[in-house]
Formats: sequence, C-alpha cells, structure tokens
Amino acid sequence: MLNTYTWPEYPYVQSDDQKDGTIKRKPVIVIGAGLIGLSAALDCARLGIPVVILDDNNTVSIGSRAVCYAKRPLEIWDRLGIADKMVEKGISWNVGKVFFKEDLAYEFDLLPEKGHKMPAMINLQQYYCEEFLVDEVMKHKDLIDLRWKHKLISLTQHDDHTSLQVETPDGVFTMECDWMIACDGANSMVRDMVKAEFTGRFFQDRFLIADVVMKADFPTERWFWFDPTFHKNQSALLHKQSDDVWRLDFQMGWDADPKEATKPENVIPLIKAMLGNDTEFELEWVSIYQFACRRIDNFRYGRILFAGDAAHQVSPFGARGANTGIQDIDNLTWKLKMVMDGDAPIEFMDSYDEERAFAADDNLLHSTRSTDFITPKSKSSRIFRDAVLELSKKYEFARPLVNSGRLSMPTPYVNSSLNTADEDAFEGDMAPGTNCADAPIIVDGAEGWVLNHLSDDFTVLVFGDAPDMSEIKLGNIRAQVITVGAQFEDKDGLLTQRYDAAGGAVYLIRPDHHVAARWRKFDDAKIVAALARATGQN
Amino acid sequence: MALNLKRNIDRPDDFYQELLDMQRGMEEEDVQVMNAKLILILSNHIGDHKTLSEAMSLAKN
Repeated sequence: MLNTYTWPEYPYVQSDDQKDGTIKRKPVIVIGAGLIGLSAALDCARLGIPVVILDDNNTVSIGSRAVCYAKRPLEIWDRLGIADKMVEKGISWNVGKVFFKEDLAYEFDLLPEKGHKMPAMINLQQYYCEEFLVDEVMKHKDLIDLRWKHKLISLTQHDDHTSLQVETPDGVFTMECDWMIACDGANSMVRDMVKAEFTGRFFQDRFLIADVVMKADFPTERWFWFDPTFHKNQSALLHKQSDDVWRLDFQMGWDADPKEATKPENVIPLIKAMLGNDTEFELEWVSIYQFACRRIDNFRYGRILFAGDAAHQVSPFGARGANTGIQDIDNLTWKLKMVMDGDAPIEFMDSYDEERAFAADDNLLHSTRSTDFITPKSKSSRIFRDAVLELSKKYEFARPLVNSGRLSMPTPYVNSSLNTADEDAFEGDMAPGTNCADAPIIVDGAEGWVLNHLSDDFTVLVFGDAPDMSEIKLGNIRAQVITVGAQFEDKDGLLTQRYDAAGGAVYLIRPDHHVAARWRKFDDAKIVAALARATGQN
Repeated sequence: MALNLKRNIDRPDDFYQELLDMQRGMEEEDVQVMNAKLILILSNHIGDHKTLSEAMSLAKN
C-alpha cells in the first residue's frame, strides 16, 4: 500500500522514576497519547498543571480514524495554539450531497455563518492532528512529560491518590498520581480496571473503510449514497482528506467476512465500481469495522476521570467521536485546576460527569438515529427509509427526514446545576450552559476574535457602561471584567447581535467559555452568587 | 385532544374505494412502500407533532 504519510517514531526514554526506583507522586497522569490525551495534557499545561502522559506505543494514530473536525473543537485547539496549523493543512468543506440509487436526493450546505475565526468543518487525517499535538507538547517540556512505550498494567485506587503499575522495555515499576485522566480509547483498560459499566447498542452491520490516494476532480463535498447501482442495497460515502487522500466507506452487511472483504482483489473492484474504471488510485489503508453506541456509567470514578472514546463510543456518521472528546477536555481541565488549587470541593468534579454525560447522551441519540436510518433494522423500517429517500428527490418536505449523519454540534448544558437561570428576558442562542459564540473585534486598532480575548479565568463581559471594577473575586476565584468598547471594540456589531446585548447585557463566562449566567444590568452581588454556583460552592 | 376523531372524510365510500383501487395489481412490497409514502405525505400535511403522536399511539393500541 502507498503511504502519503511517514509515521514518526518517537524515542523511548527510561524515566528517572524508574531508574531511581523512587516514587514521586504526580499531580496528573494522562493515560493515552491520542487526540484526547494529548489535548488534555496541553490544556493542563495551559493552566499551569504539570502532567505526565503514558502511551503504550511510540507513534501517532495508524489507519483510518477521525476525519472531520468541527468548529467548536477547532476553537478549543485554537486556545492550545494548534488550530491554525490544522486548518491550513486540512480541507475546508461545506456541501454535502445525498444520492438515492442513481439520483441526487438531497443537498445540504453547512452555510457557515460569517464572522467566526474557525471554519464550520475541516477534514484532516488523524495522524496529522496527533503529530501537530505532539509537536506542541514538545514545546512544553517544563510541564508535560510525554512517555512512550509506557503501558499501564494495573492500578489501585486510594482515597487521595491512585497507584499504577507501568511496564516499559526496562521492566515494571510503580507510579502514583493525585488525578488520572483516562484517554485510552474505546477499549479502555482503565475502564476495565475500575470495573465501570460501558453499555449501549451494538449494530449488526459491517463497514469497509478505504483511504485511497488519487488525483481526482471530484468536488470537495461529502457524497453519501443510499442503495447506489455500484453497491446495491448498501450505502457508500466519499469524502476528501488532505494530500489527495480520499475516504471511502462501504456498508457491507453483517454477513461480510472481514478477512475476505479487505483483500485487495475484493476491495479494488468495489472502488472501481464507485469511481469509474478510468480513475487511477492507490490504496493507502483498508479496514473493516462494526460499531456500537455506548457510554460509561460515570465519567468520574473517584480520582480517575474518563474522556473521549474511553467514556463514550458513537457510530462514525456525524463525526461525533473525536469532536465530542475534545469538548470533554475543555470541560474537565478548568474544574480539575480549581479542585487541585483548593478553590472548589472535590465533588465539583461530579459536574464534569453531569455536563459531559448529558452531551454524550445527546451525541449517542443523534448517532443512533443516523445508524437506524442508514442500517434499517427490519423490513418495514427499510420500507419507510426508502419511501423517505424516494420522496426527497421530488419534494422538499421529505428532505429533513433524510439522515446520513447529523454533523457534530456542541451540546449546550441547558440543565446544568452550574447555571444560574435567567431572570431577565433574552433572545438568541447564548443561554446559560451554551458555549460562547465567536465574533470579530478590534483590539488596539487590529482585527481579532472575541474568543481569543476572553479570560482564562472567569470573564464578566459587559455590554454598556464600564463598571467601576476590573475584577470580581470569590475567595481565590477571579472573574476579569471586560467591557465591550473599552478593552476592545465590536467590529461589525456581530458580538452585540449574537449576545442580544443591544439594550445592555452582562455575561458571566466560565473558563471553558460557556455562559454561566447573564443579566441586563451589572450587579456584583449577583455575579458573586453566580460565580459560587458555577464553581460548586452551593 | 388535537386529533380529530369525528367524521371528517368527504364522500367516505368513494374515498375507501380509491384507497383500495390504488393497490390493485401491485406486489405486496410495492404496496408497503406506497403506503409508507402516503403516511409520510399525510404526516407532513398535519405537521403538528402532538397530533401525529396521538395518531400513532391510537393506531398501535
């Protein structure tokens, strides 16, 4: 097979811990140096938390994995300083087409709203994302200790720490940590070690993934087929990645033999039928998978926190795996920092489970529904599916029912116990629990983006007259007061519009850039109360 | 109850004959697809989710 990518091989280094045989307890150990684990470490470092990452391998993701990255995770990566690189290397796209048999049934346009720094969606091979993350991690050697070829083999949980047995090429040694973030994927060992439940639905279907290299003039669009003539009674997908690599996906049915199906002599005719005989291509990767929609029963087991696929597994339709995993981290690290600093009680970490399990359930629901549409479970559900597709060719009304994957969007924590409910009337999307919308601003005469200029602590974003204070404090917890028109200007009025702030508004924004509370008028007593609520003090 | 369960169909005998005539001479599976389309078309016409839910639960029980 052809490789457009050369996998880096990172060196194994024996740690001083193992060499000396002394146990120095670490504040945080991250298990797994994938997309989520590396992002977790970088986000910890951003907050000044020293962290050790253990990974049993010594390179980045191999094979066909995540492809699509949505705006919100890109915004999170932007805080970590790597989004520009990903956007530059990645492929931006907006149009998706759905075909039924030979005909176009439905077309959608992500129609990205103008005035956001990050695009609606990019496609990029997971190995590039991980490589960029590793490069960034290397710049933070003062805080991040990334250890390859370190395999976790067992752990023991204690009241105030976790003890780990770790195996390296030099043998087994013991480590200890105050906190562990388990980012070790869908087959998480940590999850097994704490005996967590990981339940949901398995789907009796198999899909063949082929990443092929070709110089083709297909447009940069997501093409999805139901029952195409080139692959009768099944579905298929075509989507562009970086470096002229294309992701092809073929539904194979439950009876497909994974070994047979992935043999080049079987794969190549399938691809030729899709692309036409004249298209020249080379295989980069072929694999077959089946999928499940399931989640862990609790994202927090004492001092062990689960994130990414270790906590939830979704079907690939909708690009909801990696995207939601990054948002787990965004939710987790600032809370952990507060607890580690003694500014919030340990029970505050339960709000990580509360908010991210809520988001996981939302993702699982979307993912399950897409799967039910793509893989009908009975004859009658297939009849309805085909009826929808048939009608969608001619009639607009049926098109919203077509479900080839609902693309990842952030889940607002609408019911979170950390929110302070609105007491004033507001229009628009920025309700408590929602991630802050970006907007263009002018800072010191230069163009910028509001998300880059919110505080890493809490922010009090004021629209209207600047209050007579630059910060509000609750113990050591700090909220920086930023007034639109003073610290920066609203460039095109989009900021005011998106926050429904024409009549004046005050937003309390969490360190993860989610709205905690909002009012029409500045009232520091109310802000302090909301700050207490948002940090689990009452 | 939003769902109308009073008489509402104009010329009921004509309607019923039309419904049966529609399926005459068709394969069973094609009939099912056609009926599914009919349900979808009528559902869209009704639109209101609560009314549709009531109709679905009425049909099931």
